[in-house]
Amino acid sequence: MKVALFIPCYIDQFYPNVGIATLQVLEKLGCDVTFPLQQTCCGQPMANSGFASLSKGCDINFVQNFAGFDYIVAPSGSCVLHVKEHLQDDKHPQEALQIRNTIYEFTEFLTDILKVESINASFPFKVGMHNSCHGQRGLNLSSMTERMLPEFSKPEQLLNMVKDITLTKAKRNDECCGFGGTFCVFEEAVSVKMGKDRIKEHEDNEVDYITGGDTSCLMHLEGILKRQGSTTKTIHIAEILNGFL
Amino acid sequence: MTVKHAALAEKFIADEPRTDWHDETLWFVREKRDKAAHGLPEWEQLREWGSQIKNNTLSNLSSYLKEFEEKATANGIKVHWASDAKEHNEIIHKIIKKHGIQKIVKSKSMLTEECHLNEYLQHNGIEVVDTDLGERIVQFRKEPPSHIVLPAIHLKKEDVSTTFHDHLQTEKGNNDPQYLTEAARQHLRNKFVESELAITGVNFAIAETGGFVVCTNEGNADMGAHTAPVHIACMGFEKLIPKAEHLSVFLRLLARSATGQPITTYSSHFHKPRPNQEMHIVIVDNGRSKQLGREDFRNSLKCIRCAACFNTCPVYRRSGGHSYHTAVAGPIGSILNPNLDMKANADLPFASTLCGSCTNVCPVKINIHEQLWKWRQVIVAEGYVDTSKKLGMKGMSFVFSNPKVYRFMGKMGRGVMHLFPFMVNNKLNIWSKQREMPVAPKESFRDWYLKNGKNQK
Repeated sequence: MKVALFIPCYIDQFYPNVGIATLQVLEKLGCDVTFPLQQTCCGQPMANSGFASLSKGCDINFVQNFAGFDYIVAPSGSCVLHVKEHLQDDKHPQEALQIRNTIYEFTEFLTDILKVESINASFPFKVGMHNSCHGQRGLNLSSMTERMLPEFSKPEQLLNMVKDITLTKAKRNDECCGFGGTFCVFEEAVSVKMGKDRIKEHEDNEVDYITGGDTSCLMHLEGILKRQGSTTKTIHIAEILNGFL
Repeated sequence: MTVKHAALAEKFIADEPRTDWHDETLWFVREKRDKAAHGLPEWEQLREWGSQIKNNTLSNLSSYLKEFEEKATANGIKVHWASDAKEHNEIIHKIIKKHGIQKIVKSKSMLTEECHLNEYLQHNGIEVVDTDLGERIVQFRKEPPSHIVLPAIHLKKEDVSTTFHDHLQTEKGNNDPQYLTEAARQHLRNKFVESELAITGVNFAIAETGGFVVCTNEGNADMGAHTAPVHIACMGFEKLIPKAEHLSVFLRLLARSATGQPITTYSSHFHKPRPNQEMHIVIVDNGRSKQLGREDFRNSLKCIRCAACFNTCPVYRRSGGHSYHTAVAGPIGSILNPNLDMKANADLPFASTLCGSCTNVCPVKINIHEQLWKWRQVIVAEGYVDTSKKLGMKGMSFVFSNPKVYRFMGKMGRGVMHLFPFMVNNKLNIWSKQREMPVAPKESFRDWYLKNGKNQK
């Protein structure tokens, strides 16, 4: 199984540990992982800001890097959703389509493709799971309170395999954290207020860590936590599954 | 428009305890909705039916409208057509003038808000009294409604007490909801008794019967329409449904989605005027046919105005309805209003994190968050976007399209987020106003991989 690793730009630059954990988990699970070296960004920041027309260069570069693999896996639901919904390359439409159909978010790949049933990891802490919207509602990684359908959660299914972990649920289990890409800057006041509220609900549960599948949400929450001088930390789910200790 | 959503929202959030209260009050309504919907095993099926009936209506609109007009006319209702807000207001004014009427009551109609009917009539020396309690409160305060179902939800009972003290001479500082409601009730009862003309909205108009249904929790549509000798109902043309039997789907969806009630307290059916009464219906386009013609956005016309998307929207709950500076706020307003005036409402599709909750809560399955994304593309293409944002995006596009430039910029700028020029191309770094920046690592993932990963092609 040839798997291409897609490490979104901001993870590459600011959170290399998330990339390393993702790679190591996949390798431990027996995947033949390749990291295409000329990758940059999926183009989502432009497209979500109304400038989809300016993401063509990203699209072309993405197709060049990721064509021809069995699967593409990334530790970011938001970037995966963008590629799945919007990747286009007029000169290589078949390759673009193939990528859109074979790109997976990290936890989804573990549960649905690798069908992981046990994980050798221990994390003796109290952890609150943050459901990132694009993964949850866009990629259907977990059920949501709006829909009257059976409850499930792919990330929690995996976290439940980790030894010594105590998982808690925030009161509003699937409320957005307010990151929202460029929203976090252009609507700064609402964005921060949403983040503060999200944090408060997790801190009410006295968690040591807030985890999730999207580093972008965690980056936003981490920024607020640090400014508040909080002892609560953020950690990507791949780092927990990789056996943090 | 001079002040945009982001700035108005910031002003609202400045009073954080009030923002928390607003958020919690609306979340309470959203949870009530969840409980009510969970009580129906067929909920998702109902949504699908609601969506399909509306799809059918929108695809055959002209024939249903014709059918409605014929049946309504045969029932003795006078049918008027208004192409825009101005025409809507003029038609109503003409009817009022014909009868020489002075005292008018109105039961909540967001369409008349959209058309600014109150201001128009006032300008022509005619007074209209809004009879929905929430609407009356904001009318006293000379404010627009902040929510389409709960128009005064932004106000606390203390605010209402002050307002009533000023306008209804209630006891100063008496915040007892029952006392205040009673005062409003007495005041409104006089208005109903005196009224000569009643204006109501329309929730559903039925092509098959030529009748229409108005849903209220206070019974004020009935009170107005049953007392006054003239009744004018105003509807946007998308309120049509093909058959009476379809009502069962929508009446079950509407109240549960709006407030978590199984059904609205009053669902008043109007089919023909009483003896000696005149009944008019004004069918309004006001941009709707344009929206119908926009393939990406026509779905928005399925809206039944339940406001479930308002209550679920984390942005709306924390920014208040007035921050949307339009009659219909919230997520649905953000996809309807750019159609009415793209330039004035260019900020609204950006007032969302695209979390998608609105789409999943919508009882008629409008793909709201996808339309928000699409409006952003249209608005940028039409040029209604700041030059600084455009330049920032062009910069990012250049960096990300060129792997070598990306890596160079990443190395140089790591820690100050030069990769994201929109974050630093401001006089002050907006990100770090209330947040710390991420700490820059020594090496990127790629750097690490080249040293530690397996060999590359």
